Amino acid sequence: MKNVFVSRNACGGDFSHPLAQWATKVAPTAVFAILSIALVANAQAETVFVTLEKDNALAVVDPIAGKLIRTVEIGQRPRGIIISPDNKFLYVAVSDDDTIKIIDAETLKETGRLPSGEDPETFALNPAGDRLYVSNEDDSLVTVIDIKHKKAVKQIKVGVEPEGITVSPDNLWVASASETTNMVHWIDTKTNAIVENTLVDPRPRALGFTADSRQLWVTSEMAGTLMILDVKTKQLVKTIKFDVQGVTADKIQPVGVVIDKDRKRGYVALGPANRVAVINAQTFEVEKYLLVGQRVWNLAFSPDQKRLYTTNGTSNDISLIDLEAQTVTKSVGVGTYPWGVAVKP
Amino acid sequence: MRLLHYWRAMWGIIWRELWRFVTQRERFISALVRPLVWLFVFAAGFRAALGLAITPPYETYILYEVYITPGLIGMIQLFNGMQSSLSMVYDREMGSMRILMVCPLPRWFLLLSKLMAGTGVSILQAYVFLAIAWFYDIQAPWQGYLWILPALLLSGLMLGALGLLLSSFIKQLENFAGVMNFVIFPMFFMSTALYPLWKIKESSALLYNLAQYNPFSQAVEMIRFALYGQFNSMAFIYTLVAFVVFMAAAIIGYNPSKGMMTRKGGA
Repeated sequence: MKNVFVSRNACGGDFSHPLAQWATKVAPTAVFAILSIALVANAQAETVFVTLEKDNALAVVDPIAGKLIRTVEIGQRPRGIIISPDNKFLYVAVSDDDTIKIIDAETLKETGRLPSGEDPETFALNPAGDRLYVSNEDDSLVTVIDIKHKKAVKQIKVGVEPEGITVSPDNLWVASASETTNMVHWIDTKTNAIVENTLVDPRPRALGFTADSRQLWVTSEMAGTLMILDVKTKQLVKTIKFDVQGVTADKIQPVGVVIDKDRKRGYVALGPANRVAVINAQTFEVEKYLLVGQRVWNLAFSPDQKRLYTTNGTSNDISLIDLEAQTVTKSVGVGTYPWGVAVKP
Repeated sequence: MRLLHYWRAMWGIIWRELWRFVTQRERFISALVRPLVWLFVFAAGFRAALGLAITPPYETYILYEVYITPGLIGMIQLFNGMQSSLSMVYDREMGSMRILMVCPLPRWFLLLSKLMAGTGVSILQAYVFLAIAWFYDIQAPWQGYLWILPALLLSGLMLGALGLLLSSFIKQLENFAGVMNFVIFPMFFMSTALYPLWKIKESSALLYNLAQYNPFSQAVEMIRFALYGQFNSMAFIYTLVAFVVFMAAAIIGYNPSKGMMTRKGGA
């Protein structure tokens, strides 16, 4: 009796039986398709870059596997980090080297430097990816850098100790927060001049525009609040006071803030409270506080916004949050004093 | 036919225990109140007590109530095991033990049936407790709720066997207070139910060793890992061996010719 399940390819056998045909034609295609899907799925897995303030290094993490892949030397005291819109370059503020380094996101080699001014910490990139706005805390300045020509094109005088800075997705506004003046400065991107200032709660730290550029979310480190400003009127719409059960008020120091693209939820890192607050972006209610590592500082979404990554300064790790389940799934040790975080698809 | 006979006897014993448990509503509630008080009151006071280290099976930072949940499940089973032993003493005093023991089946089988009955009750309690904890935001991956079942069975049997062994030593119901003081409390507090081993090590090496080799600790760790879909082989083997040892000793203890019964003048 002929064994229908064996295709005798190597022996020059017959392939007339449908099963043999399936085995020789369809199966390899199916295997190829499965492998391709697997490869695509693998390619979709993002890479997380974390600056390590004390290790003078950049940590590279595979968040899907939950593993630190490698650590590379980057310069003295790296802090702010942003990836270019085409995901080819990383910009890293290397504070004690007084520069912003341009790093190839694939090879992690330095390809250039930008004239950031002294002690750069935080900076923002415009949506086109050709302008960088840097806060110069000690000089109370915002420096505007033309990336293509690697030149500072303007310095804008702002309040005392500017820290948080961001550009609106519609590229109309740069918002800069001065820690000591307690103000948000609205800079027109066309003229690079301040057109309005909004007084906010003490020690504003970080800012984030909603994807529709209609709201600006500002965190206040000292008041333990999040303020929602209306971009049109530049006025305060709502103040949210954080209150974590079992944590004293002095430890609730909101820092990093991100809002999802559908404006369903916003997330605020609460510093030494070791929590990330989950805020309903429609009702402005705090839905949940998620426990992460110590002194949680900055936040970044995965490209599909299904996960959120947090840098935990004093516990030397990053936490991975599953946003669909609203749970912290893992904390991965990365090195000493993780500060900024950027994600490459 | 003979197998059916065995099954009927075991089912009868299990049914009697479950029926007794369900109808004694106070017992059902009080069995749940104890771990819930620990969860809602005790754990609330120690929310940030665990400090920094992330220990397996956990992969990130957890609140104290999340940590002690498997320990409190262990507590349910520990108290249940002891309660079963208490009921054995009661049965002996009331004379119903005599009826059980004259049943024409091997003694070990009757004891095992008694043990299965007690374990069944404790598993029921543990799942009700887990359901309440779920609404308190203590949620494990769904697979964990399946994996925990065999773990609960083994830990329940082990702690039940310990209870059986103890009951073979206790002649009167009044002596049960001694079990509380000398067995339940030391076993519970010298374990990983309330604090992880590394935390115990910080304060005392002796306590650390006692906690590590405490069978209750191993049972709790087995439950903890199972709840997160993981298998802790060391804890499993340790619990299994402890069960076999306790069970063998209990069978000897209940043997009228060799065990403690003779010395105490029988049931």
